[in-house]
Formats: sequence, structure tokens, C-alpha cells
Amino acid sequence: MKNRGKTDGKIFLLMITIALFVTMYIAGIIIFNSKGFAKPQVFLNLFISNAGLIVIAAGMTMVMITGGIDISVGSVVALTCMMLAWMMEVKGIGAVPALLTVLVIGIFFGLVQGFFIAYLKIQPFIVTLAGMFFARGMTAIISQEMISVKNELFLKWAKSKINLTFLGGTVNKKGVVNYPFLYPSVIIALVVLVLVFVALKYTKFGRTIYAVGGNEQSALMMGLNVKRTKLLVYVINGFLCALGGFLFCLNTCAGFVEQAKGFEMEAIASAVIGGTLLSGGVGNVFGSLFGVLIKGTIETFITFQGTLSSWWTKITIAALLAFFILLQSLFAKAKEK
Amino acid sequence: MNKLIVFVKKLTGTRLFLPLFCLVLVLLSNLIKTPTFFQVTIKNGVLYGYIIDVINRASDLVILSVGMTMVVAASGGTDISVGAVMSVAGAVCCYILAGGLQTVNEFQNPYILGVLAAVFAGMLCGCFNGFLVAKMKIQPMVATLILFTAGRGMAQLITRGQITYIRVESYKMLGASIPGIPVPTPVFVALLVVILTYVLLKKTTLGLYIQTVGINSRASRLMGIKSSRIIFLSYVFCGLCAGVSGLVASSRIYSADANNIGLNLELDAILAVALGGNSLGGGKFSLLGSVIGAYTIQALSTTLYAMGVSPDQIPVYKAIVVVIIVALQSTELKKMAKRYQTGREVGKKVA
Repeated sequence: MKNRGKTDGKIFLLMITIALFVTMYIAGIIIFNSKGFAKPQVFLNLFISNAGLIVIAAGMTMVMITGGIDISVGSVVALTCMMLAWMMEVKGIGAVPALLTVLVIGIFFGLVQGFFIAYLKIQPFIVTLAGMFFARGMTAIISQEMISVKNELFLKWAKSKINLTFLGGTVNKKGVVNYPFLYPSVIIALVVLVLVFVALKYTKFGRTIYAVGGNEQSALMMGLNVKRTKLLVYVINGFLCALGGFLFCLNTCAGFVEQAKGFEMEAIASAVIGGTLLSGGVGNVFGSLFGVLIKGTIETFITFQGTLSSWWTKITIAALLAFFILLQSLFAKAKEK
Repeated sequence: MNKLIVFVKKLTGTRLFLPLFCLVLVLLSNLIKTPTFFQVTIKNGVLYGYIIDVINRASDLVILSVGMTMVVAASGGTDISVGAVMSVAGAVCCYILAGGLQTVNEFQNPYILGVLAAVFAGMLCGCFNGFLVAKMKIQPMVATLILFTAGRGMAQLITRGQITYIRVESYKMLGASIPGIPVPTPVFVALLVVILTYVLLKKTTLGLYIQTVGINSRASRLMGIKSSRIIFLSYVFCGLCAGVSGLVASSRIYSADANNIGLNLELDAILAVALGGNSLGGGKFSLLGSVIGAYTIQALSTTLYAMGVSPDQIPVYKAIVVVIIVALQSTELKKMAKRYQTGREVGKKVA
């Protein structure tokens, strides 16, 4: 019975998040109804513009469940986009080899960070802070100018629409039927999300991650390989960062130094809002998905409102993050009593 | 004379020897490419030269690293919001002095009001961080991450997304120099902050308390020290330092550039603390070490600039230095090295 109370607490945090999202969305439909907020495409756009973030938040959730954190993700995304753009446009490498190279670099980046964190036991924050500056600096070393992607295959990946005919189309002035659509990047993001969910919930590796995050000492005494688990989590996270960066690049089709600044904050905020505990041991990737959607909704609000500057997104996200952190902290205190 | 010998002995002690050695190494390495590195000339009544530039430019960082040292020592975590807090302080100061206008040629409000407001804004940010860390028991880096991202946004809102210029001679003094005095003003500001902090730590029990809390906050709480209050105060102090540093940085460019004031300085400050021989895990600390560390970083930056590396690319080298220092501090690495060594010795014996 004791266990049940604990589960209820976890579900409660997730419920708050889902309720918050639904409330915000309904509020949006009421306020901005005249501007077409209720259209299915507006909802689908949440996924389209945040496909990269969904993948990265999934990786971040895994890292945070082990009790660690990764603040290098934003810079790694910038590095990934820049590498992709540079390889395709300057070096003339095909889209597929460029993508593979980037993914390998992501894995390698995760491997190095994971080694320092798991085997040398340096605080994850310090290691990934260094990683953050390293990746951003490397981006500047590759090119300080913006590189636009003109590779045909890449643009084909980016622009091929998947029409969702069952949602019903609208006929525009020229008589062409427009259906609500998704890009392939969304499909990739959702597949990754499901894979991570299954891995966390139903595999031995996934359960080990929870055990390590819950109590490292106990996990070690149970005979679990704590170091290797942590290393693997950072490697997977590195891979997901590169993949997320690729999806991000499909949206922007360019690489530049200032890209994806503050992305780490969005990913961490999404995970925290979705009910992942900063202390580790508790977390759910679907919660993080809702975290991402909430962030997307705030952005949509700001776009629809029209007069607010984009800085408000960051400030609102920070305020939400602070709110949810306080909520978690109160929960932890209540549990102690 | 006796005191001098003691001082020299203190300097050659293991704790400060490494940071000093690094500083000298970086400075001397410049001689290879720029033989005039140590040359000092006087232009318009102000000292000029690479070495003066290092000392001058390092001032912001010295002030920051003093605050950072307190935070690291007391809480075993770092405050990554300092750069953003600097830009908030600069924006607040310029906003008040310009009275909401974008460019002014004379103060719209008294100078002292702007300065006090900026320092107060810094302390307020510190209070927010301190509250989250000390009272809410949130990991320092996550807590300060909030302001790290939101801080520049707030500064942008204050300046309305534009750069506020204060074209007043007396405003430039803090970041440049006071007429008649050949040494740049920031050097004095940094010196003042360091001396005041040093006196505060040595003449009161605060320094001891901070170390005690950093080594074991639970034990010190049981001993009757209010651990959470000490940690809270350390963050407020760090915010104050960031505020002062932001003022100097804003005065240098006589404007509030929310995007660029204090950019990437958080890493430099952490690096300065680590380079000064302080453990990032908290506990015992050396203020002087951090100060020397800060000068070393600036020397490194100036060296890289002199070699033609662009400001965007410099973080790469600094990140590598951070990782090396932190790895060297790691006890696990020492254990590994030991295991490797004994393994080899055993291997020899078997052979």
C-alpha cells in the first residue's frame, strides 16, 4: 500500500501537467478563435516546430532519471546543424553520409561526456557546461557565417508533406483542397519517443536506469553496473541530441553560431514540467512530451498575440520551470514528513 | 622583513604555487610571439600595453570570481547566472540613468541612484538563487539555470530590445580611467572588492562558517550554524559581485548591451575558481587563488586574441582547460593511476 501512495504522487505531477496543457489550449481557442487557433493545423504545428525538441527532451529525461543533467544539448544542436550545412554545402558531401557522420559525432560527444561523469565522477553539470562551450566554440570554428542548406535530397526530406486526409480538408480560393499535414520529422520524433518509452519501461536496461537514479548505492549493492549504465545513458543522449539537431535542421535548413541558444533550458524545463524529478529516479518521457507541447503552446500564444517580443517565451518558460521545481520541492518535503 | 618571508613562504606553498605557475607560464609564452608584451607606455596620461590590458580587462572577472568562490565554498555548486545578472545590472543602471530614453548625453537621474539600483538588482537576483538553493534545496546549477536563460531576456525587456547609450564622460570613468590617475579605474574597483571581502572573511567568523558549511552542512547545522542562511548569504554576495561587475562592464562600453555584457563569463569565473586550486565540491577555499586564477584566464584570453583567435572560438580552448583541471582534481583519476601503477609493478614482479 505504501508503494501506491508514491505512485499517486508521480501521477499527480503528470496530471497537473496534462491539465495545464489542456487548460492552456482551450484558453487559446477561446481567446484567439477569430484568428483560427482551433484549426487542426495549429495543433499539428506544435509537433512540426518542436520535433527536434521532443527527441532531445526524451534523451534529457533519461539523463535526468539517472540523477544527472546535460546542459550541452543546445550547443550540440547548433554544432550538428552547422556540421550538416557545412558538409553538404561547402564540402559537397551527400545528405546521407553527412547525416551518418553527424550521428557518429553525437555518439562520440556523449561517450566523452559520459566517461568523465561516470568513470571520473565529475559533476555532470561541470562536464556538460564545458561541453556546451566546447560545442558552441567548435560551431564558430567551422564557420562564423550562416550556411543555408540547398542540398536537394535534404530539402526533399524537409519539405515532403504527409497529408492527414481523415481530418478533413479546406478548399482555398483557387479551388485546391488543403489537408492538415505533418512533416516526416514528426514521425521520426514520435517513433523515438515510443522507443525510449518502451526501453525505459520494459527492458532490463531501462529498469537499471531507474534503479541507479533512485539510489546509486543500493543499485551498486544489488550488483548493477552503475558506471556502465550511466555511460550508456550519456551515449544514447548524445545520439539523440544529434538526431534532434538533424530534425531541428530540417526546420531551419541552415547552420549558424547563435542557433538553438537556450535549447538546454527548454529541454530541461520540458522534462521537469513533465514530472521528471531533478533528484533522479522518477520520470516519464510522455510527461516530457507534454512539457514540450506546453512550451510550444506558449510560443503559439506569443505568435498569435503578435505584439510581444520572443523574449517572453524564455521568461515564461523560466517562470514555469521555477514553479514546477518549487512544486517538486514541496512534494519532496511532504514525503519526508 | 619577517612578514615578507612569511608571505613569500605562503606564496610558494602548494596551494597557490600551481595557479601562480600557470599565470607566469601563460604570460611568458607571449614573449615568443610578441616580444613587446611587457612593454608599458603612457598615452594621454594613461598606462598602455598588453600587460596593463590584461590587468584592466581581468577586473570584471576578478570581482565575479570573488563572489563565485563564496558560492562554491559554501554550497559545493556554482552560480551559472552571473553573466546574465551582469547584463541585468547594466541594463537597470542604464535604464535609470537614461530615464527610459535610448541615447542620452547627460544623466536623467543622479549617478549614484543608477549605481545603487544596479547593485540592488544584482543582489535581488542573488536572493532568488539563494532562496531556491538554500531554502528549497534545489541543485545550485539547476536553480541558477533559470536566471541564466531568463536573465538576458529580462535585460532585453528593460532596454526594450535596444542598446541604451549613456554618452556622459563621468559615466565612462568607472570603466576607463579618472583624469590624472594613470591606472585604469576597474583595477581599483577589483582591488577594493577583493580587500573588503578579505577583511570581512578574516575579521569576522564568516569565512570559517562558509568553510564549515561547505565541508558538511548537516554537521555544521547540528553545531548551531544556520547552514541555509550562510548558503543564502553566499548567493546574495555573488549577486552583488555580479552587479558591481556588470556596472564596470557597462561603463566600459558606456551602454547596456543585454546580449553581450558578461557573455560567457560564467565559465571564466568557474574556471578561475578551479584554477585557483579550490575544490568545486565546496569546503576549504582560497580567495587569493581565485583572484590569481582570474588573472590567468584573462592572460590566456588576451594571448589567444593576440594570436588572432576570434571571440566566438575562444570557449573551445577554455572548455578544454576546464576539463583538464577538473579531471586532475578528480580522486577517481588518482585511484585509476594508482591501480595502473600497482598493476604494472605486480606485472614486473611476476615477470
